[in-house]
Amino acid sequence: MVKRWERRAVKPATAARFTRGDRVRVAARPVLGHCRTPWYLRGKTGVVAAVHGPFRDPELLAYHKPGLPARVLYKVRFKQGDLWGRYLGPASDQLEADIYEHWLEPAK
Amino acid sequence: MHDPEHHHDEHEHSHGADHGHHHGPFQKDHDTGPAGAYEVLEEAIRSLLIEKGVLTAQEIAAQVDLMDSRTPALGAKVVARAWVDPGFKRRLLKDTRAALSELGIDIGTLAEFRTVENTPKVHNVIVCTLCSCYPKMLLGIPPAWYKSLAYRSRTVIDPRGVLTEFGVELPKDVEVCVHDSTADLRYLVLPMRPKGTRGWSEAELASLITRDSMIGTAVVAPPSEPASRERAAS
Amino acid sequence: MSEPERKNTPRKGAGGRAVHDIGGLTFGPIDRSEHDLALWEKRTDAMLILLRDNKRSILSVDAHRRVIESYGEQEYDRIAYYEKWIRAIRNLLVEQQVLTRDEIEARVAEVRAKHEKTGRKAPKERVPW
Repeated sequence: MVKRWERRAVKPATAARFTRGDRVRVAARPVLGHCRTPWYLRGKTGVVAAVHGPFRDPELLAYHKPGLPARVLYKVRFKQGDLWGRYLGPASDQLEADIYEHWLEPAK
Repeated sequence: MHDPEHHHDEHEHSHGADHGHHHGPFQKDHDTGPAGAYEVLEEAIRSLLIEKGVLTAQEIAAQVDLMDSRTPALGAKVVARAWVDPGFKRRLLKDTRAALSELGIDIGTLAEFRTVENTPKVHNVIVCTLCSCYPKMLLGIPPAWYKSLAYRSRTVIDPRGVLTEFGVELPKDVEVCVHDSTADLRYLVLPMRPKGTRGWSEAELASLITRDSMIGTAVVAPPSEPASRERAAS
Repeated sequence: MSEPERKNTPRKGAGGRAVHDIGGLTFGPIDRSEHDLALWEKRTDAMLILLRDNKRSILSVDAHRRVIESYGEQEYDRIAYYEKWIRAIRNLLVEQQVLTRDEIEARVAEVRAKHEKTGRKAPKERVPW
């Protein structure tokens, strides 16, 4: 069983793939088991607002595994007008969510 | 003081509106009331774990007391400091963990904290659509509505409608930014300092700052006292 | 445009939205009433924190969420917050072989009997596994 206090002190297997300002698309693929990428963001495109750094993978921690390789976590910013078919507010409203790197792809 | 003999009435539903039940106000000390199946299960689990030496009754009681001791007052203290000290505010926004440690607040290792600032141009509101992640260390336990299906589902798609329910109306030229706490980061909203508080001490300012203003479902209202009332700087 | 209510959305088995993943659905008005937690609820919260601390590391918050996310839609929508929690703690203690199902059921029966004796009506319903 992995000790929780080690959770933050992890190195990712590779360097961070994305940097602040990158346009990214949230993957739209089936999920088996635990997942922290919300349904309403799957397939949506946003911009990296911040790079939070590496964290153990919750999808593995959920099954008592060490959660390695660590995944880089990003704060991704979306325009509400891009998320919902008819957003009831100004299109300039924003939404931000913290998404793990393996759920992000480069977008144009 | 913690009282192990203190029994409660039927177990509460933390989010009453979601399934149409009507619940009366919480009633204390009804040890003749029914013990719900989940309350019975809790007692069974707890007693087994204590017998097997996994937990002790003292540890459980201490943790309950710790939970009871946490209130939004700590978050309010942080906000009040940020209002009076621009350097602290900068540090709070840049590295919340380090800034909190300046005030002797150790957020532990289970989560990171981030602070998002409300401005005349941007209003932030926090939600956890997937469960109910919340900055408990600074705000205590979340209110039932924060954990409710209604709040979790609607805040991302209709934040202005949700804010209207909370009595917050924002003009269209103010951007609303929703933060969905999907990972191990917890978010604190730094609300705007209201007018009419010039020269107020940190303690006086903290008394204005509500839990909901640090979630983003309220703004900090200007004080009701007349503006002519003098206040000494702290 | 708001998404349809849960009952019209595909279930997880079909590769659709999982039971807990409700962002964008439109569950009703927000009930803002507030009340204290019951003592058993506070103890449930306490046990989760203790079971996942460094001394024990018996379960993680991620595993706890995973179990709650496995509940059926009806249960997820209907049962209360800490009810979800204590059921998941129970299931994880069995999964991690700290307790057995039999000894839990036996103790539950004893607690129910104790409450009957002291005049507190024992519940008919059982917490499903």
